[in-house]
Amino acid sequence: MSALKALRRRAFTWFADRPVAGTLGLLAPGALWLLVFFMVPLLMMLAYSFMERGLYGGVVYEATFEHYLRFADPLYVTILGRTLALSLTCTVLCLLLGYPVAWTIARSGRLKNLLTFLVVRPFWTSFLVRTFAMIFLMRESGLINAALMGLGLISEPIQLLYTPWAVLVGLVYGFLPFMVLPIYTSLEKLDPALLEAAEVLGARPTARFFRVILPLSMPGVVAGSLLVFIPSLGSYLVSDLLGGAKQMMIGNLVQNQFTSARNWPFGSAASFIVMGLVLMAVVAYLRTRDDEEGGLR
Amino acid sequence: MNTPAALAVQFSRVSKTFGAYRAAREVSFEIRAGEFFSLLGPSGCGKTTTLRLLAGFEQPDVDGGEVRITGGVVNGKRPYERGLGMVFQSYALFPHLSIERNIAFGLEQRAVPKGEIASRVRRAMQLVRLDPDTYGRRMPAQLSGGQKQRVALARALVVEPPILLLDEPLGALDLKLRKEMQVELKALNRDLGITFVYVTHDQEEALTMSDRIAVMRDGRIAQLGSPEEIYERPRTPFVAKFIGESNFIEAKQDGVVNGRARLVRPDGAVLWTAPNERPTEALICVRPERLHLHAPGEAPSGENQLPATVRALTYRGESLHVRAELGGGGDVVVAVRNEGQLNQRLRWAVGDPAVVSWAPQDGRLLEGDDS
Repeated sequence: MSALKALRRRAFTWFADRPVAGTLGLLAPGALWLLVFFMVPLLMMLAYSFMERGLYGGVVYEATFEHYLRFADPLYVTILGRTLALSLTCTVLCLLLGYPVAWTIARSGRLKNLLTFLVVRPFWTSFLVRTFAMIFLMRESGLINAALMGLGLISEPIQLLYTPWAVLVGLVYGFLPFMVLPIYTSLEKLDPALLEAAEVLGARPTARFFRVILPLSMPGVVAGSLLVFIPSLGSYLVSDLLGGAKQMMIGNLVQNQFTSARNWPFGSAASFIVMGLVLMAVVAYLRTRDDEEGGLR
Repeated sequence: MNTPAALAVQFSRVSKTFGAYRAAREVSFEIRAGEFFSLLGPSGCGKTTTLRLLAGFEQPDVDGGEVRITGGVVNGKRPYERGLGMVFQSYALFPHLSIERNIAFGLEQRAVPKGEIASRVRRAMQLVRLDPDTYGRRMPAQLSGGQKQRVALARALVVEPPILLLDEPLGALDLKLRKEMQVELKALNRDLGITFVYVTHDQEEALTMSDRIAVMRDGRIAQLGSPEEIYERPRTPFVAKFIGESNFIEAKQDGVVNGRARLVRPDGAVLWTAPNERPTEALICVRPERLHLHAPGEAPSGENQLPATVRALTYRGESLHVRAELGGGGDVVVAVRNEGQLNQRLRWAVGDPAVVSWAPQDGRLLEGDDS
């Protein structure tokens, strides 16, 4: 026992004398995990994307660029365009719906904890289950159609499922909390005295919002937008369940290539195209954020 | 009496209730144009609520009186419609805007032309003694507390408001800087002709800067007057205790003789003060520096005299504080000024018999605290 103690003490002093080794010691387990389970597969996929497809899945080790070129096909350009349009619309809608919610929570005093809890409450149920539940809402004999017909607003059920709107509704519903929470965090830190100062200086409500509140909550808006945009760009579950084959997003394409189509190289190439797009979008977005402030012109 | 035109602010029986809490109770006062007016009191006394009623962040209760600014009723008007300036204790500088943009904010809201904004911002910075070229482009986070306070002041003054509201603006500064800023604020008030309404809990700050002070307690004004009036003639025990140090000597008024009030101590000793029409408390207030300590038999005639025993001595540099127990009951503190005699040898020792005396006009017969 004492030998173990002595060993431990020696280990502690060894690390204490070597701060760099200490830092590495803290980083190593996580870094190793990411290296093995993230970087390695990613590099494998990158390599696959430049190889010939195997007949029954897998790859043949012959270099080619064809999978990337194949993306120029209007079929895939359409899918890509649809994915971008859906993700962007979803992000904007989440922002418009989420900002007022975040503002209300940030100013709700003692109700804050309860309201934050309600925002994250959906996470307690699997996303898959929740998305399935939306089918019951939107199908031909679903609740929405039944209600509209009951009210006499329509005489025949309208097609809700398997439309872009259904996918959009599903995406917004699924990702809304990721917009609300970061905006709430930055609004909560906002000193109320700043708004009072602006008000005394003559700022009406709209001026207070655009000159003080919005600029100071931009970190939350940026974080929330990225947290919504990036995963919705790669999502496949919502479009699969609510959109069907007609509303395919790039995520469904990748999934298909790896499963039924057994075209691993093309699936990999599609994945990297999405990754490249995300990277470009994020960089462009963060760039526009950098040139605020400055002096009087 | 002033004509209404010369009044910057009028409160007429203004009340404000938060739930069951009555933060301001029928507060009435007038502030003259150009005056340095302080709202003084402990926390929770209603001074901040009063300032916020003036700023427009709070509105009086229904039937809760009238607030007038330069003659016009402002009940129901929002802060952005009142055109006042305000300096906050936390400075409340916009962290995302440079110093220039912070100061320009109010001018931009008033749609002042760009070129004029730049020159007015420069002038405002010079007014508060911040170099525009050095500090204009900096961000608030890069400034010290004192510099931030100057920016906050410039931001409020640049719009040339008729009235400047200051909510404990020096509270976060250290003592030396606070003294400096007190002098500068007073000078700005004098030079610019702007009415200053100053909220503070620091009695010394209020005494040194103000033309008039409203001492507040429990949502009411306990006393309103010039610093001299409030220090020399405190109306109630609360005001006497809150402003400076006070001795309270028990004595009941027993008629007025030759324009002076005759008072009787519980033990029968007779004292004299100026009369007070409403002496609801059987207490005389005398400041420590107005009391004198004598050896028995040496007290001058014509002064109030009470026998006492020395109980404690505190050397304070500029004075010696002697705590003495009065013959007829009660304690007083006598401040003996250090005029060179104290460094020889303390004249008094604990247990010495003595006589406490004071001139009749230095005592003040108190009224009761409102409650």
